[in-house]
Amino acid sequence: MIPVISVSRLGKRYGRTTAVRDVSLEVFEGEIFGLIGPNGAGKTTTMECVEGNRVPDAGTISVLGLDPQRDANALRQRIGVQHQEAQLQKRIKVWEAVDLWASLYPRVVDTDALLDRLGLAAKRDSWFMTLSGGQKQRLFIALALIHEPEVVFLDELTTGLDPQARRAIWALVTGIRDRGTTVFLTTHLMEEAERLCDRVAIIEHGCIIELGTPAELVRKHCPERTAVFTSDDADVIERMQGLGAVERNGVTYTLRGAGDDFVTGVINVIAREGIRVRGFRTEIPTLEDVFLKLTGHGIRD
Amino acid sequence: MPRGMLRGFWKLTWLETKIFMREPMGFVGALLVPLLVFVVLGRAFGIGKPMATPGVDIPFNVAILAAILIAISAVQSLVAIISIYREGGILKRLRSTPLSPVTIMGAQVTVKLVFTVASLALLMLAGRRLFPGVMRVNVFSFTAAVVLGTFSILSLGFVLASLVPTARFAQPISAAVLYPMLALSGLFYPLDRFPRALRGFAYLFPTTHAVALLQGVWDGSGWSAHWVNVAALLVLFAAYTALSTRVFRWE
Ligand SMILES: Nc1ncnc2c1ncn2[C@@H]1O[C@H](COP(=O)(O)OP(=O)(O)O)[C@@H](O)[C@H]1O
Ligand SMILES: [Mg+2]
Repeated sequence: MIPVISVSRLGKRYGRTTAVRDVSLEVFEGEIFGLIGPNGAGKTTTMECVEGNRVPDAGTISVLGLDPQRDANALRQRIGVQHQEAQLQKRIKVWEAVDLWASLYPRVVDTDALLDRLGLAAKRDSWFMTLSGGQKQRLFIALALIHEPEVVFLDELTTGLDPQARRAIWALVTGIRDRGTTVFLTTHLMEEAERLCDRVAIIEHGCIIELGTPAELVRKHCPERTAVFTSDDADVIERMQGLGAVERNGVTYTLRGAGDDFVTGVINVIAREGIRVRGFRTEIPTLEDVFLKLTGHGIRD
Repeated sequence: MPRGMLRGFWKLTWLETKIFMREPMGFVGALLVPLLVFVVLGRAFGIGKPMATPGVDIPFNVAILAAILIAISAVQSLVAIISIYREGGILKRLRSTPLSPVTIMGAQVTVKLVFTVASLALLMLAGRRLFPGVMRVNVFSFTAAVVLGTFSILSLGFVLASLVPTARFAQPISAAVLYPMLALSGLFYPLDRFPRALRGFAYLFPTTHAVALLQGVWDGSGWSAHWVNVAALLVLFAAYTALSTRVFRWE
């Protein structure tokens, strides 16, 4: 498969700060690819180099077969960009922004339908400054999608939004992918990456330290699985033999193991032994745990 | 510019014009303040030399002062807008569209020139009505001189906009540069009575040449008599523009 984006050994410094040390990655057609890492890791810098909005110091980048620096104008027609923390004029109306953006490209989507799909139809005549955080982000998505780009870049799209607005944005992004557009996003929210991304790259101090699907990364780095259940039956520990140590705390039993088959194993034994279970839950590691394991610190530290 | 880009230019210019008119203070600064200065001072002291009332004598031309204030307020507004747009990432957002940098800045300059001309027209109209017989200056020649001066001062505005660290400093920094420039322009105190060094310094500022040209147009001596000032305005425009393309910051 030919990648839509291919970055090799990218490096970028600002004066004496090295923002990106060594980044190589490939993004394939039709996937949501997430660059994840803590603040200051180099996500925005990497993304802006890929978009052609920043000049790299080292490495090579190809997007849709184009060189983002040399073919900047051709590339702008084929990608959509949402910048982190970039606003619009306070008193620009929603329809005016959409109208301006639409006038800049030879072929554009039906803008009314787009605003409708993004839930902004009722806000057409509102000033930008009066929109809520979620509405602003949805407007930025509309502007990034107006010319039916082949790739969209979304930088920290949901930072600062409340959980409800965040969920609405997630649904929109999945929708973009389902319509065939490749999505390259950055986030420092592991939950977001896990829900949204087909593949992720973890970046820290300007270097990619791991890359793969969220499930692969969890399986590889955090195979531990935990099953916890509550039962009033007698002799539970004896009846649960063969699954490793069973911890008991009153009527609550905890079993620890590894791998995807572990939980199935626990359920099978419970069923075979006919143990009456009042409650059952599993603890499965997340990307957050993978991150902690790989870097030795939490993402928000 | 390709046809599509020209459309983007007009769209952006029209949009920025509308946005500026929605700005509560923008309108006041651009249109009302210079007009008020003109009317109030003109009423008190008369327009142009010589002064009619003995004892009360201000040795400068109120119409030229008002015209230069219009130009200066255009520049201050440009510096403020650019620094606000930069701080808000609006410049960055516009830059990653197919709009070229020249189009983005060209639209801002065009808006400022449109308001300069509108403000000047208002001033001329007020002058004709309130001071009959005094405003005999050639309207087109005077307007052209103001536009040329504004162009030149705007190019300095781009240099200022690059120096302004955050939007909060836009107003004080542009005032700290533009008003001393006005003081040294020769409008209030004839240049030939300045010490030599100070006079040389004054010639580096576009306001000085704009004032000289406007005085010439007012007196009827015309553009040809002031070709040196016209040339200086063009040279300063080229120099400041060249400098600002080197130092300008988009973010
Ligand atoms: N324009 C800039 N000038 C100087 N340093 C910068 C600039 N942008 C980012 N940096 C620095 O580069 C590093 C990476 O920043 P960034 O790419 O924005 O990271 P992220 O998006 O992951 O938070 C940080 O240390 C940041 O302070
Ligand atoms: Mg960032």
